[in-house]
Formats: sequence, C-alpha cells, structure tokens
Amino acid sequence: MAHLAVAEAAIPASETVVAVRGICKRYSEVEALRLIDLDFPRGKLTTLLGPSGCGKTTLLKIIAGLIAASSGEVRVNGKPVTGPGPERAFVFQDFALMPWATVMRNVAFGLELQGMGKAERQSIARNYIAEVGLTGFEDKYPHELSGGMRQRVGLARAFAVNAEVLLLDEPFSAVDEQNRRKFQEDLLRLVDKERKTFIFVTHSIEEAVYVSDRIVLLSRRPGRVSQIIEPRIDRTASPDAIRRDQGYLDTVEEIWQGLKHYVD
Amino acid sequence: MILFGYRVPMMASLIVWCVIWEVVGRSGALFLIPPLSSVLVAAFAMVQTATWQSAALVTLHSFSVGMALAILVGIALGVLMGRFKAVDDLFGIWVNIFVSAPLSALVPVLMILFGIGETTVIVTVFLFAVWIIVLDTRAGIQHVPNSLIEMGRSYGASPFALYGKIVLLAALPEILAGIRLGLVRGVKGVVIGQLLVSIIGYGELFELYSRSFDMENFWALTIILFAAAMLMSAAIEHVEKKVDYYAGVR
Repeated sequence: MAHLAVAEAAIPASETVVAVRGICKRYSEVEALRLIDLDFPRGKLTTLLGPSGCGKTTLLKIIAGLIAASSGEVRVNGKPVTGPGPERAFVFQDFALMPWATVMRNVAFGLELQGMGKAERQSIARNYIAEVGLTGFEDKYPHELSGGMRQRVGLARAFAVNAEVLLLDEPFSAVDEQNRRKFQEDLLRLVDKERKTFIFVTHSIEEAVYVSDRIVLLSRRPGRVSQIIEPRIDRTASPDAIRRDQGYLDTVEEIWQGLKHYVD
Repeated sequence: MILFGYRVPMMASLIVWCVIWEVVGRSGALFLIPPLSSVLVAAFAMVQTATWQSAALVTLHSFSVGMALAILVGIALGVLMGRFKAVDDLFGIWVNIFVSAPLSALVPVLMILFGIGETTVIVTVFLFAVWIIVLDTRAGIQHVPNSLIEMGRSYGASPFALYGKIVLLAALPEILAGIRLGLVRGVKGVVIGQLLVSIIGYGELFELYSRSFDMENFWALTIILFAAAMLMSAAIEHVEKKVDYYAGVR
C-alpha cells in the first residue's frame, strides 16, 4: 500500500487539467453515462473511444458545458464547470461553420464574440489559417471548400481563441479517408506545436491509437469507463512507419478484442 | 421553354396573351375588355393626374406601415414560436387558423373597431401579411442546425449575439420567403381594405371607375397594381437567391 500512495503523490494536482467526478447522465428513460471518473492530464491527447451510443459525445459536451450532467461534477483547473468557458474550445463533428461568413470571419468568430478588435483578431486568425494549411482561402465561403478543408476551418477557429483545452467531437468522421489520414498527421504536428490539452472523441480504433497519448474505452450504454490504454508508440517515427509499427498494431488488436463483444 | 424544338424567350408567353387581349378588345365582343393599347394609353395619362398620385401615395403609406408592422411582429413571434415550445403551443393554433382564414370577412368588423379610415386599411394589410411571415420564420428558426447554436454558446456568445449573429442569419432564407409571400398578401390586403372602406386611395379609384364602367382606367389601375406587386416580389426573390447562395450548404 505504501508504494501506491507514493505513486499517487508523485503526480502533482496541477497535472490534471480536466477532472471528471462521478458524472451520471439520464435522459428520461435512457441512462447514457454512469459514474464516470476521469482525469485528463495537461498537454496530452486523450481519446474517448467506444461503441456507438456509449455516450462519448455526451461526456464531451458535458465537459464543454453544453449539456448539464444529472449528477457529478467536472472541474477545469480546479473550478467547477457550470457552462461553456473561454478555457475550452469545441470542434464539431459537422464543422458548425456559418455558411454566410468567409473562412476569415469563421476562424475569427470566437475572438469576435470576445469583443476583440477587427485588425487584431484577423491577424491571429490569419496565423491559424496558415497553420492548418488554408492560406489563400481566407475570402472563400464554406460551400466553396471540401469537407476536409471545412474541418480545418473549424480547427483553426478552436486554436484561435487560445483555449487550454480543445474538445474534438469526431472531427474527421465527415471527412473522406485520404483527407482523414493527412488530417491526423497534421493534428499530431499541431498537438506537438501548440502544447494544449486535447480531448478527442472517435469511433475509429486506428485513429484513436494513431493520435492518442491515452485512450479511454467506454462500455456500451450505460457508458462507463471500462479500460484505459496508453499506446507506447514512437511518435518521432514517420507516419507510415507508425502505421506499420508492432506496438501500434498490437494496441489496435488489444482494443478490438476489448470492444468486440459489444458488436453484435 | 422549348416549343417544337425552338427555344422560346422567357417573356414570349406574355406577348402571346397581350396579342390575344388586343384582338379580343378590338373585336368589341366584350365591352368589359377594351383593347390593351387603349388601356396602356389610359394608364399613361392616369399616372400624370393628381388624383392618381395622391391615391397612390395614400395606398403606399397604408401598405408600408402595415407591412412594417407585419414584418416586425411576424419575425418576433416566429422566433419565439420556433425557440420556445410554450409560445408555440399558445399561438400555433391561431396562426394556423388565420393563415388560411378568409380575412376579407373580418374587414367590416375592423371598420367598427378602427373607424372608416386609414387605420382599418393598415390593420387589414397587417392581418393579411403577418401570419405567413410568422409561419416561415418559425420554420426557419426550427431548421437552424443545433450545432451552430452550440458553436455560439461554446465560444461565449451572449443571448443577444446568439440571435443577432447566428440564429436570425441562419434562418434568413426562410424569413425572406415569408416576407415575399407576406408582401403579395399585403397588396391584397391594402386593396381589399380600401375597397371595403371605399373612400380612400386606390380603393376609391377602383370604386369610381368600376361604377362608371370606365374600363380603360379600371384595367390601367389593375395593371399598375399587379406590376407593382410583381416588382416587389421579384426584388425580394432576388435578395433571397443571393442569400440562398451563401446559406446553401447546411
């Protein structure tokens, strides 16, 4: 017992950015989440993975403050979450871009809502538009872009507000396969560069293993934490080497074995 | 349109009907229908008379005031109904009754309430136009993607900014369609209101010309009115197309 206590003390409290404690969520008849306890360490990309309908998006939206939990609480930097806040930014599955606004206005929209001046917010936005590889598309409208490019706009908007925690809700599920791979590689580069805490929801095992530092497996409804996996993959290797790495393939297999019995 | 393998220009059908009108008019078979050419001559002379100009101004004034009220109230009520179920339950039945009710029958009652004058006409325009604006706005608001609203909330939009910068703009195509349909109904409202009150504006002139069987002037009046209604509707439609272009992807 003694060495366990030491191990726990070795992790300073500040390392945890988002703490989820005893979260339950019931929709009138359906129990979506049951007693979720999770810590999300600073600067890491943690993935919520599970079968469809396990409540992973619900959990993400509770952390975002968009949905209220039935019981339990979420703390960000020690402060309880009562609604959305500037330290968290959300990336939506369907992009949630304003179709009447240009790429520039969409990316700068979070800053616009914060009341930042036009010149200042546009220079920040221009920087992140370049960061996601959309330079030259500033004055285009969303319908002029491909699905992959639209989600890059959504990602740039989330980066632009300089939040500590980025919440990504299946960001690549509406993007075609080739673009998704490229996107995942870009995401890893941005995770490395921006040093932010990422919480990522996906239903793709390969995607989870490829991008995550930690993978939280949720069980089928009611969603509960069934397993936490930390893939040991050498991230310095090239993307193609990672996808053929034995550790990567073993982790994918391990998760599949864990999830297989949920699939009928 | 393609006829017997030839491309027919857009306005060609209009020309066909104009020619038929002219021929029927010249044949003298129906005394109610004078030739189109003499109607146009009458129209040209009429717009220069002080009588017509003051009637047009009175009509335009009633119409604009009634429409402005209908647009304001219609959008406000439509937004509330689209967003709040309680408001929807409270007003839904009335809006649906009034949108299809024969409102002309109510004008005599309005005359008792608002007197024989401009107020009654304004109220008539309002009642004709407002319901379809409410219904279309409500539909537009209900179709605003939930993720856009969540996006606004998660990036810290105040309720005011959420409506001003996101919800109303996202619903704009439907709101504009409602206003266009409302305008057409408002034109009906102003004419019916004035006809029944019958002592002001266009209604007075209609009454005058039809009683004295002055068909040239009667038709001239009608054509001017139709043209004005169509132009307004076309103008809104033009804006709608532009907005649809930007709002097309959702």
